Amino acid sequence: MSFLEEIGGYLIMIRHAFSKPEKAAMYSKETFRQMADIGVGSLPIIAIISTFIGAVTAVQFSYQLKSIGLVPMWWMGSIVRKGLILELAPTITALLLAGKVGSNIATELGSMRISEQIDAYEIMGVNTRSYLVGPKILASIVVVPMLIVLAVALGIIGGWAGGVLGHFFTTAEYVRGLQDDMKNWDVVVMFIKCVCFAFIIASVPCYKGYTVSGGALEIGRASTQAVVYSSIILIIVNFFIAFFLLDSGG
Amino acid sequence: MIEIRNITKSFGEQSVLKGISATFMEGKCNLIIGKSGSGKTVTLKAMVGLVEPDEGDVLYDGRSFTKMNFKERKMIRREIGMLFQGGALFDSLTVEENIRFPLDMFTTMNPEEKLDQVNFCLKRVNMINTNRKYPGELSGGMKKRVGIARAIVLNPKYLFCDEPNSGLDPKTSLVIDALIKEITLEYQMTTVINTHDMNSVMGIGDHVVFLHEGLKYWEGNRDEIMQITDGELFDFIFASDFLKDLRRRAKM
Repeated sequence: MSFLEEIGGYLIMIRHAFSKPEKAAMYSKETFRQMADIGVGSLPIIAIISTFIGAVTAVQFSYQLKSIGLVPMWWMGSIVRKGLILELAPTITALLLAGKVGSNIATELGSMRISEQIDAYEIMGVNTRSYLVGPKILASIVVVPMLIVLAVALGIIGGWAGGVLGHFFTTAEYVRGLQDDMKNWDVVVMFIKCVCFAFIIASVPCYKGYTVSGGALEIGRASTQAVVYSSIILIIVNFFIAFFLLDSGG
Repeated sequence: MIEIRNITKSFGEQSVLKGISATFMEGKCNLIIGKSGSGKTVTLKAMVGLVEPDEGDVLYDGRSFTKMNFKERKMIRREIGMLFQGGALFDSLTVEENIRFPLDMFTTMNPEEKLDQVNFCLKRVNMINTNRKYPGELSGGMKKRVGIARAIVLNPKYLFCDEPNSGLDPKTSLVIDALIKEITLEYQMTTVINTHDMNSVMGIGDHVVFLHEGLKYWEGNRDEIMQITDGELFDFIFASDFLKDLRRRAKM
């Protein structure tokens, strides 16, 4: 399949994914099920990784700034906060979810395609793109920003723990830094990233899984492609959001 | 009654169906038989709209399925039940939820009515007390029975079965065949079965269409099929030397 055909197929799938549902109650039930799958299933890994990302950010920056000696250590709170809100929490969480959730979605839909479960839905008269893809994208758009906000909070706590335990700064210094020069626009940019990333994390694997043909080998291939493609798209979109938005609202 | 008229289908350069026409009658088990690669599955999928034919028409009681838009097709599909080769049960749902799914999606029945209908269908396929089981806990034959229960839960007018006996032992195959036959008569459905199992042909083949290399080669019933003495259909029926020998001895 050519690149343009893939893009066209993806866009058609997205259009159908948000067409009018046959029965709203069934779709909302499926959306809540997906929200639980994506959200609850990803909580432990997000919690562990974001806490340590915050801690290592605090420790490494403190180590470098201390050796320069020109910057007050209370800046660390601000550095950790800005780093987490603008870049680390959204991007690392999104990449993690692209791997975990993305491969799950592609494998689930791919298996359903190969075992004729999608055909069974079609025969019943269900709009499969709307019933199987729409709720996954919607659930991702609701849950991923929540996970990223949680990652920011835990990262800030991790940064505090890492810095204080390493005797780089005191709690009072860290809190002062956290409160210094706080811009609402940074949070807005973070949420814009969250929504864009959430859409990519769910929609690309949905497309790869939904269009699988062949056997078990193709499901594995689709799952890998879903993770690779969505990770690359995430990083590119991340750059453009930073490039166009960071200077415009600050 | 379902009628297919001059259906053709190609995948790239490969022509799979080369103009097939047939009529499948109401209240009868209509079988499409043929060797692997003869076009049976593509014919069945073209009939239900899972594959779009390049040319030709599919008529459900005179209503042209191929000319219908998406919305009209959805309405027809509510009159169709289908049993897939592997059952195609939804893995994440229990047996009860699988059978109840079409009721949840397309009816306004209350929970008690739905449960009654699910239990009625489960009883009909001899699968009572399996409501809470997941498809992964069922044997191949049980999956097919649940697949049949799900296919008939909305009282369809048309039933399609894709290789209902594949992967089953001969005894279970006979049970599944008998069940399909009983249900066809009971609901007066137009049943179309895609198979290469000669036991099915002889057991329930009210009307048989034999496909060979994308063309309809022969059409008749299970009594007529045994009168065949040569050609592709003869080779298909008496595929092994053992069966040919058996037939020769029977004639002597």
